[in-house]
Amino acid sequence: MSEEASVSRRQFLTVATSVTGVVGLALTAAPFIASFRPSTRAQALGAPVTVDISKLDEGAMVRVVWRGQPVWVLRRSQDMLKRLADGKVGLKDPQSNESIQPPYAKNDVRALRPEYLVVIGNCTHLGCAPLERFEVAPADLGPTWVGGFFCPCHGSKFDLAARVMDGSPAPTNLTVPPYRFVGDELVIVGEDTGAKA
Amino acid sequence: MVRNSLHQHSRSSFSVLVGVLILAGAVPALASEDAGLHDLANNDVANVASLQRGARNFVNYCQGCHSAKYVRYNQLARDLGMTEDQVIHNLMFGAARPTETMDIAMRPADGQRWFGIAPPDLSLMARSRGPNHIYNFLRSFYLDPARPSGVNNLMLPNAAMPDVLWELHGLQKAKFEEEEHKGATQLVFRKFEQVSPGKLTPEEYDEFVRDTVNFLDYIAEPMKLKRQSLGILVVAFLLVFGVFAYLLKQEIWKDVR
Amino acid sequence: MSAGRTGVASNSAMAAGGGGRAARFIDWVDERFPLTAMMKEHVTEYYAAKSFNAWYVFGVLALVVLILQLVTGIFLTMSYKPSAEDAFASVEYIMREVEWGWLIRYMHSTGASMFFVVVYLHMFRGLMYGSYKAPRELLWIVGMLIYLALMAQAFTGYLLPWGQMSYWGAQVIVSLFGAIPVVGASLVEWIRGDYFISDITLNRFFALHVVAVPLALMLLVVVHILALHTTGSLNPDGIEIKEKKGPDGIPLDGVAFHPYHTSKDLVAIIVFAIIFVAVLFFAPDMGGYFLEHANFEPANLLKTPEHIAPVWYFTPFYAILRAVPSKGWGAFLMLSAIVLLFFLPWLDRCKVKSIRYRGWQFKVALGALAVSFVALGFLGLQPATEKSYVYAARVFAAIYFAFFLLMPLYTSRERTKPVPERVVFHGHE
Repeated sequence: MSEEASVSRRQFLTVATSVTGVVGLALTAAPFIASFRPSTRAQALGAPVTVDISKLDEGAMVRVVWRGQPVWVLRRSQDMLKRLADGKVGLKDPQSNESIQPPYAKNDVRALRPEYLVVIGNCTHLGCAPLERFEVAPADLGPTWVGGFFCPCHGSKFDLAARVMDGSPAPTNLTVPPYRFVGDELVIVGEDTGAKA
Repeated sequence: MVRNSLHQHSRSSFSVLVGVLILAGAVPALASEDAGLHDLANNDVANVASLQRGARNFVNYCQGCHSAKYVRYNQLARDLGMTEDQVIHNLMFGAARPTETMDIAMRPADGQRWFGIAPPDLSLMARSRGPNHIYNFLRSFYLDPARPSGVNNLMLPNAAMPDVLWELHGLQKAKFEEEEHKGATQLVFRKFEQVSPGKLTPEEYDEFVRDTVNFLDYIAEPMKLKRQSLGILVVAFLLVFGVFAYLLKQEIWKDVR
Repeated sequence: MSAGRTGVASNSAMAAGGGGRAARFIDWVDERFPLTAMMKEHVTEYYAAKSFNAWYVFGVLALVVLILQLVTGIFLTMSYKPSAEDAFASVEYIMREVEWGWLIRYMHSTGASMFFVVVYLHMFRGLMYGSYKAPRELLWIVGMLIYLALMAQAFTGYLLPWGQMSYWGAQVIVSLFGAIPVVGASLVEWIRGDYFISDITLNRFFALHVVAVPLALMLLVVVHILALHTTGSLNPDGIEIKEKKGPDGIPLDGVAFHPYHTSKDLVAIIVFAIIFVAVLFFAPDMGGYFLEHANFEPANLLKTPEHIAPVWYFTPFYAILRAVPSKGWGAFLMLSAIVLLFFLPWLDRCKVKSIRYRGWQFKVALGALAVSFVALGFLGLQPATEKSYVYAARVFAAIYFAFFLLMPLYTSRERTKPVPERVVFHGHE
């Protein structure tokens, strides 16, 4: 074999071996990188949570845990919905443009069905649990208060659709997780049908 | 071609080494002379229909006392070609959800009190005792009035486990005979004798047990088929890689005198 | 660009055209760290004999397996739980629930056994070609320390799955220390950290296995390679190639580590990988020798397995232990069997290094050692009851010890063959 042919054979073999080696290395690394993904146990523990709302009274709220976070399901009465609609409260993010929610909760009631509010019960400021203050005009919250949530840590205020009011340290409305209804008895928190509204 | 010959004696030591290693593998299998059946289960974990039947058998007959706590129901759906709904309706009798594991309500302390020993979890039984042993175990229950459960087991003398499958295989007695062994008389098992028939014929019962053992074999190592098929691809890749590397090595070394 | 303290011309000066960004970067590093000097000394200008045969691949393979064990070990540690309550379940979690966890686990368990296959063959090469003789005595001793560390690593690691064999194997081996007179009982309690092998013992073995012993191993391997590069590698003919250098200072029988030995080692690594992968994907249990059947049952402190045997790579020493009726003397002899290896450079009185040119006495002795070691390994796997096995173990143990203890005698009288001036090598002709 001539000198040139030998050099080019060596070059070809070096390239072929190196390329195969790099591909092999990448294929070997892939399972290790994939092993970082949530395990089937994490997926099982993070599975959607079913909430029974068949016995939930008007104005009552039930709390569940989903993916390590508190989720509130509030059954708003007609009166509460009226107060929500009529309320003349200044809101930081009235259209929920900066807040996190599925498309079907980007409305004035922040919910799939107006009657039920489903939110993650962590203040969007620093994570405290806001308190339920559904009464009208209590002494400490003043005469303009028509019901909502009040965070005791730094004073953030949210209306009955969990939208943050002006003057609160919290920047955005309470987060709405994905959820869907099964008939009228159940809410499944953590999964939705993919619908937009 | 480079001829790197092993020196004569190192070559013979090496072959002796290999020879002894091969023998070492064979002898332990022959060493044990225990009483009991030595039939082969001949189960096939690739047979999905058999696994489905085995799963049904397990949840109906075994899961009352034995958990399979490392197995999740939704995994059965994936591997046994069933939908999650089919799993829920056919394999789940409690209030568990498909993402949960095949646990049972019996607490180990209760099992200990009722049976003298808590019924063990079966997730890995096929790997610790082997499918053949379990296959023979489930076919070795025989009548023994001396035992509180009324039965004994040839593969596990004085087993605490009752004969859960007796309705299927019927009732049988064990025939023992005396034999001289190293100066002492021993009772040696000869054969089983059917006393009354069960709902299944002996062949049907063996098939039932085979399916159940197949299911236990599967849950002991659910990824077995996947690892075998992946292995073929990996070896093929390495062979290609090896050819390139060898040719490259020859090319680099060809001018070395 | 300055020449740097080594006096070597800078990379950018040497590169055609006086530099490129890469060459200038390397110069910057070289002024602060001996990168190029190290590459030359240990890789591109390290010369080893061209006559290496297949027995010479096991060192590199050991390094590859070490790296594999470290990487897979790190990933296992991410999901493993070192408590008596959770350990067994966490291994099953890795096998079933962590994505590709089963592959990582099998790599680690196969790697553990393959490590010993490779290391035993590596040591046998040393015995055959006199790699332990002057001036490589320290290299051999460091290697023996690596072997000890490896055994400690395997022993501590085996407790971690907390299976029946993990527990009872540890119980047997730890209680061996009780055979030491005077301090034995306190020592056993000190090792366990408790009155029995417990959660406390498991947690500390975890720390040893994941941090302490790997650090020691890595340090010893670096020392081992530096010691090798100081004396230079030997070869199947047992000739010191540095004694015959060409006008350029390069050994006449040597070829540069890169690209000659690297290209050859790559082939060896791939062949090894094929065997490794075949085991991993088709027989990871290896019939119960790599993953023991009893270990698929969680540790039960109240139920001793029918048959306690250590993993196959410890069985030769276990057979020696059991061959002796006294616990104390058995433990002592078992330890001596390993310690004697340290003294090999001084027990062997023959001046000729390679078995190719040594007398029949050494060839017979080494063959007998190999057969005895393997036979003891087989015997160590058997149940303790068979009388004939005990007698056989005694015979083979005697041969094993005779190899070392009689060595000064039979090696001083060897009728060696003349050692050639140059290595025996058949290239492309």
